[in-house]
Amino acid sequence: MSSPESSPYKDTKASIHEETRKTEWPLWEIFIRGQHGLSHRHVGSLHAADAEMAIKNARDVYTRRNEGVSIWAVEAADIAASSPEEKGALYEPSNDKVYRHPTFFNIPDDVGAM
Amino acid sequence: MYAQMIKSTGQGVKSLDEMEPQERAFQERIDAGGKIEPKDWMPEGYRKNLIRQIGQHAHSEIVGQLPEGNWITRAPTLERKAILLAKVQDEAGHGLYLYCAAETLGVTRDDLTRDLLSGKMKYSSIFNYPTLTWADMGAVGWLVDGAAIMNQVPLQRTSYGPYARAMVRICKEESFHQRQGYDIMMKMANGTEAQRKMAQDALNRFWYPSLMMFGPSDAESVHSAQSMAWKIKMNTNDELRQKFVDQTVPQAEYLGLTVPDENLKWNEETGHYDFSEPDWNEFFDVLKGNGPCNTERLEARNKAWDEGRWVREGLLAHAAKKRSAKLAAE
Repeated sequence: MSSPESSPYKDTKASIHEETRKTEWPLWEIFIRGQHGLSHRHVGSLHAADAEMAIKNARDVYTRRNEGVSIWAVEAADIAASSPEEKGALYEPSNDKVYRHPTFFNIPDDVGAM
Repeated sequence: MYAQMIKSTGQGVKSLDEMEPQERAFQERIDAGGKIEPKDWMPEGYRKNLIRQIGQHAHSEIVGQLPEGNWITRAPTLERKAILLAKVQDEAGHGLYLYCAAETLGVTRDDLTRDLLSGKMKYSSIFNYPTLTWADMGAVGWLVDGAAIMNQVPLQRTSYGPYARAMVRICKEESFHQRQGYDIMMKMANGTEAQRKMAQDALNRFWYPSLMMFGPSDAESVHSAQSMAWKIKMNTNDELRQKFVDQTVPQAEYLGLTVPDENLKWNEETGHYDFSEPDWNEFFDVLKGNGPCNTERLEARNKAWDEGRWVREGLLAHAAKKRSAKLAAE
């Protein structure tokens, strides 16, 4: 499955075939809500000329066995994604804030469930 | 397998000490069972190898629709027809899951398609054999999909995240394919004398080509050693072939059919079946393009691509028109 980081044309190395590139349908990322009241989840990508076709194709490619009750299609080029290099700056600040987790606090057994 | 004879850098596997820090961190992550995701740093060889492997696997799924598509209009009952149609549709889906995984590596769908159509990229040798009778639908599902499962189940643990996730989806669906094939074989093998003969004939023709799907022995191959270090190949070809034979022979016995190999016998000592190697000259010849159906398969794909061009372009033009109309209205 593709990921939201993938982009249809950017950083493409094998770009010696300009003629076909022009006619390639854009890449769409597909999100599906399963049947258990969960949020939409990324399942993969596909190519389609427009949003309507992206939804129809998503139905055929990703829900052949009742995998979903709702489909979102987003053009891959419209997705902003963090990059792996930013990992430190983005997530490290939360490492030293252990008090955000309830287990940081010791509550005596006598107090009961909390 | 569905990806055969994938060549890596050919330079042999570097030890951790020989690697630059970035590559060492990459290899250590794989060794620890971590996943590599699309935007992560990766050696160029890893990226190229994966594009070739996933691309070839995707092409196999797509071309693999042809031998079975051959029988959709002639399925013996409406139920069999609906089942076969669903199976062939799944193969298209599997091809699409794999193309998307390949696309995360910086190649486009059209690049891959073009390389298939020009013959630059290969697909599995198995799909260059014809499907002559209805029993072949049984043999293909049972043997060909059965062999594919052997390879695909371990690939669910492969190091490249998008590839592993595609494999999880594929494996879920693949077991339906094998069972529907075996179900056809059971019906035929227990049917009239003519049907039983047809089933035996299908097994005779598909046995060795199925064994070839795993590729020649690669215990000594530097390409395979590198792929295994990168965890984009999980077992040697011989391991998987042996596993397939061990699993399949009892299934053939249950059907009352004979595996076409005089040397096939249970080896008490090894706990495995001994069996004959397929004719590897035939395998290389089919890969080179000289199999019974190579020309026909590529022609069919090229025809579909060429004749679909006006549809692809027309729908794109329509989408552009709708978009500009919407912009004008805003």
